Amino acid sequence: MRALCWTGAGRVAVRQVPDPELRNGHDAIVRVRLSATCGGDLPLLAGRAPYLADGDVLGHEFLGEVVAVGPQVHRHRVGDRVVVSSTVACGSCWQCRSGAPWCCDNGNLVPEASELAYGQAVPGAFGRPTAAGGFAGGHAEYVRVPYADVGAFGIPDEVSDERALFAADAAPAGWLAAELGGVHPGAVVAVWGAGAVGQLTARAASLLGADRVIIMDPREDRLRMARRHTDAETVDPRHPDIPAELRERTGGRGPDICVEAVGPAWDGRPRSLAERLTGAAERPPAVHEAMHSCRKGGTVVVLGEFTGQVDAFPLGAVGAKGLRVRGARQHGAGQVPTLLERMARDELRTEHLATHRLPLEEGARGYALFRDRRDGCVRALFSPDLPPAG
Amino acid sequence: MRHRTRRAGTAAGMLARLAGARRRFHPADPRPDAPPAGGWEVVTVNRPPNEVLPGGRRPEPLRRLGHAVQVDVWPAPAGRGTELAARIRPGAALPGLAAHVAGDDPDRVVRTALRQAKQLAETGEVLNADRSPIDRGLAG
Ligand SMILES: NC(=O)c1ccc[n+]([C@@H]2O[C@H](COP(=O)([O-])OP(=O)(O)OC[C@H]3O[C@@H](n4cnc5c(N)ncnc54)[C@H](O)[C@@H]3O)[C@@H](O)[C@H]2O)c1
Ligand SMILES: [Zn+2]
Ligand SMILES: [Zn+2]
Repeated sequence: MRALCWTGAGRVAVRQVPDPELRNGHDAIVRVRLSATCGGDLPLLAGRAPYLADGDVLGHEFLGEVVAVGPQVHRHRVGDRVVVSSTVACGSCWQCRSGAPWCCDNGNLVPEASELAYGQAVPGAFGRPTAAGGFAGGHAEYVRVPYADVGAFGIPDEVSDERALFAADAAPAGWLAAELGGVHPGAVVAVWGAGAVGQLTARAASLLGADRVIIMDPREDRLRMARRHTDAETVDPRHPDIPAELRERTGGRGPDICVEAVGPAWDGRPRSLAERLTGAAERPPAVHEAMHSCRKGGTVVVLGEFTGQVDAFPLGAVGAKGLRVRGARQHGAGQVPTLLERMARDELRTEHLATHRLPLEEGARGYALFRDRRDGCVRALFSPDLPPAG
Repeated sequence: MRHRTRRAGTAAGMLARLAGARRRFHPADPRPDAPPAGGWEVVTVNRPPNEVLPGGRRPEPLRRLGHAVQVDVWPAPAGRGTELAARIRPGAALPGLAAHVAGDDPDRVVRTALRQAKQLAETGEVLNADRSPIDRGLAG
């Protein structure tokens, strides 16, 4: 089959790779109809993530049609249209059973890698380094989906592919951020980053009853989009002192919940050998601002995917301001069915985020558009069915 | 890829716990009060002890490691299932193929066997990696 593979720092290419096969009774094979780029792919693309290898298939946001199921799959049949959660969880371990599938013990093939980095094995995900326990990704004709009853979700007929695709990752991530942040009626929520994830966080906060949602981004075009498609207000990116502006807009208190949906500061530069060897740290200006701006006793949610260490973390604020700091890599088990219902009821629309649709063959161009945020690109969607241009 | 400090931490934690009052359930250990010699690996399995060691029999793939490996279970706190521990008996060697696979890192074999026993008990299967093109006869 054809698949979009990472081929070295800053490069991707479509290659012929073997079709996936059922390897477990809980597996399904999905024929991909649509997949999307995500901010979380950018550090991978740039070669900043340890363990990524030439030939790893990228893409963790995808949907398609079930073409084969193992004997232990009970909730899906061949022919079902499904959207697949980006993280792999088993549904049976204590973490999964207690409602935290993003902490699953079993969804990783190389647990030693994350034990080394973080002290515990974390779940694998599609389109992530296979040497660190990830699974071949969704920018391909077919994908093997382990624990398909847990991670694949049937899509209601009323919901289009362009909409349902966002249930793979960006929408549940936003929803989870609002939940972890404890958004409640009357809450004031600030969101850093007006990419798909930030905008869907803002939307989730409104749906959960937030009184005000304020979104920030250096890009005016994304702020314009956020104003048009969410209830959020925006802050002029040229403002010299964002925390002061937020303080002023919140009666001097600071927002109750501050969500970082930015990720590593992206300078478009592949990681140098020296940085790789010394483990030189990323600097997260948005996390910094969120910690600084948050009201005393408030909650900071870090959604951004950092590849390891960061510098200049304002640890003092945690104690001095009594902050709660939360984070998670969403797994849809808790949210996706409800999100799909909201999509079916038209409460949650995502089509505006699907700014570009390209044949899989143009994956390199799609990633370049998305990385450089050219031409208003918020998400590039790939379809293996679209004929290559020319 | 091995992490020395993690192993050391695990072993220290095990020593403390095995010496402590939480050790309540040991069908597989003929001498429950014998002082442990260290080197224990442990996982928490989200099933009751009698399903983790049914009839006192050790689960696959721990069983395959034979009597060179000592196994113990006790309930995990707060309804989290069973803590399943294993170690290579001091002075013992892994049997045949396992010894070959283990090379100079037998603890890792024990750790992997524990994880697989956990997955089997929790999900009914051991999660398999994709086969390489070579294993599928597709290389070239
Ligand atoms: N935790 C999860 O489950 C989860 C799921 C999906 C994505 N993510 C992560 O969320 C982050 C955002 O994802 P995305 O797909 O929306 O990415 P994106 O790259 O499309 O959007 C990031 C946005 O942040 C803006 N930005 C950059 N610096 C900023 C700053 N200092 N202040 C405010 N905004 C700033 C950028 O202009 C951009 O619009 C990524 O790090 C991604 O890995 C997490
Ligand atoms: Zn994503
Ligand atoms: Zn699990």
